[in-house]
Formats: sequence, structure tokens, C-alpha cells
Amino acid sequence: MGFDDAYDALTDHDDDSRWAYGTGFTDPLAGVPADVPDGVSRADLATYALMLGDDALILSHRLQQWVTRAPELEDELALANIALDLLGQARLLLSRAAAVAGAGSEDTLAFGRSAGEFHHVRLVERADADFAQLVGRLLVFATWRLALLDRLTALRDPVLAAVAAKGVKEVTYHRDYAAQWVVRLGDGTAVSRERMAAAVSTLRPFLGELFVAGEVESRLGAGGVAVDPGEVLAECRAVFRQVLAAATLDPDGLDPGDGDPGDGDPGDGDPGGTGRDGGERADLVAILEEMQGFARSVPGGVW
Amino acid sequence: MKHEWPLFEVFVRAKRGLNHVHVGSLRAADHEMALHHARDLYTRRNEGVSIWVARSDQIAATDPDEKPAFFEPSGDKAYRHPTHYVIADSVPHI
Repeated sequence: MGFDDAYDALTDHDDDSRWAYGTGFTDPLAGVPADVPDGVSRADLATYALMLGDDALILSHRLQQWVTRAPELEDELALANIALDLLGQARLLLSRAAAVAGAGSEDTLAFGRSAGEFHHVRLVERADADFAQLVGRLLVFATWRLALLDRLTALRDPVLAAVAAKGVKEVTYHRDYAAQWVVRLGDGTAVSRERMAAAVSTLRPFLGELFVAGEVESRLGAGGVAVDPGEVLAECRAVFRQVLAAATLDPDGLDPGDGDPGDGDPGDGDPGGTGRDGGERADLVAILEEMQGFARSVPGGVW
Repeated sequence: MKHEWPLFEVFVRAKRGLNHVHVGSLRAADHEMALHHARDLYTRRNEGVSIWVARSDQIAATDPDEKPAFFEPSGDKAYRHPTHYVIADSVPHI
């Protein structure tokens, strides 16, 4: 025996996996029971899984649109990684929705629904006008989703809890990535600061909706299956303030205002209406055209 | 590009691997961003458990022109290798 053997003894043993390929991949749903908890409405649970899944699916698509357009190669890959993380969460959540509803699959839900049948928040829908808007929105989304997923891990649906446990680690990194860029741009040059401040101001109208429970969330929340989004307001507000202060921007720039969404209150710039209810909004229709067009043109296509 | 980020070299330690191994380079504005970029570029396939980054211009390297003087004198000194010992069969783990 020689040095090579001593080294080999310390490493994983599946041939040539030591370096070029990773090892020890895990299935986040391994061993997780798929039963619906007692006393929980299947329709509500399916809708809730769609809400969480659509948030991730639509933002993933918006992030994918930055691929080949990012300012640096390294950030392009970072954004593609984040988009893939969210797509992975969306797949598990849409699969859960299909299983609970007893109809369809992740594919029919992603590619077969029309604009009125999506349940994401409006925040994820809009196209980014520049990189500052991208990182600003990602900061808001990741902060909010991390707070939601963190609580979801302790709730009663075993599949949602397992998906949340996997997502917490991913979204923690997304938040970190976004926060670093918000600070860099806000505390950067005169131009970057101006753009970051402008990006923050465009996000404000979308904040109220994030922290108010709809009917489905309220019913499921009472049964210990869904997170009340109002519960995460304080945590999100504290993170926003901390990041904006570090970025030398107005620390209240991402304050959700009176927290009453869809009221058209000019005080918090709310345009009225929510995204959870679905709707034929121009941005969403454009996303679906691009995201679903090919799948619809080759129904059931496999390659 | 006029304002290009500086170059960093990236070293990753594989799971249960003994040492950090040089895996490539990337551009970043500072060390913190370089660590993030390294995570995104070089550990996407579950390869690593630890990352080092170092500014490329901070690494001292041997001059290729000095290769003969630096490395070739050791080429004919087989006696520096412990290959001439006879190892007793009763000695394990060598």
C-alpha cells in the first residue's frame, strides 16, 4: 500500500466521482409521507401549493430571461442557478398540487393553465427594466419567501414541510446574493445609487399583497397547514430596513405601507387588485406565451 | 472593457478530500464577491465543502524561463526516493 491508497481511503468510493462530479445527492422527498393531513380541504391545499409554486415558477422565468443579458458572466450563472433553484421548488409544489387535487401533473399545471388560473403575487410578474430592479425584487422576494418557508417547515402538510426545508437553504443564499448587490449599488457610484433608489421605489406598490392572507390561507392557517403572511411582516420589514440602511438608501423605502393591498391607496402607491386571484394582465399573458407556447405546440412531446 | 474586475484564482476542497485543489479562475470586484461567484461557478454539482479565493496578481509563481535551473537538477537523483529499502512483511500500512 502507498500514499495513493491512504488518500483514497478518505474519499468517497464511487469511481471518479471524487472530483469532476459531485456525490451524495439527496432526494428532498425521500421517506416523506404524501398523505393529506386529516380535516384539510384538498381543494384548498392544492390551491395553496399552486400559490407557492406559481410564485417560484413565474419569478424563475423572469430570471431565466436574464440569461445571455447579465452584465457579467459570473452573475449570469448566479442568476441561472437561482432560477433553477426556484424552478425545482415550483416542480415539487406543482406536483403536490396535482397529487392533492387528483388531476393532472406538474407539466399540465405549468403549461396547460391560462392566465386567469395562476395564483402568484404580482411582485414576480413584471419584467426587470435593469439590474437594480432585478436585485431589488429578488431581495424582497427572497426575504419574504424565506420567512414563509421557514415557518412552513413546522406545519402539518408533510410534503410542503419537506419542500420548505429544502427551499430554506436555497432562498437564504438568494437573499444573501440580492442583499449584497443592493448594498453595492446603493453605496456605490452616483449612477448606481440613483438606479437602486429608483428600483426600490418601483417595488413599493407590490409589497402590500405579500403580507395579507387570502381566504385559502386563512382557512388552511386555522388548520395548521398554511403560514399567515401577516406573521412575517415584522421580520421582512426588519431585513429591508437593515439592507437599505447598509446601502445608504432610505431605510423605509421598502416599507409595505398600511399593509392593506388592492385598496388603490395612493399613500402606498397601490394600483389595486391582487395577483393571487389570477387575471389577464399583459405581463402575465406575455410570460405564458413564451413559457407555454412550445409545450402547447407539441402536446405531450418528449425529448 | 475599460473597467474590468480583477482576476481571482479559485481552490475548492472536495467532500472528504484532503486538500484544496485549484479549479479555475473568475472575475469579481472583491474577495467576498469572488467567494460567491466561486460557489456559483465551481460548486454547482455538489463538488465542494470549502472554497479559497486569492487575487491572481497576489500569487508569486516561478518563471517558465527558469525551469531548467529550478527543476531539472532533481531529475537524476533517484537516491532521494526511498525506493531502496527492503520492507519486512510484518510491517503493515506502508
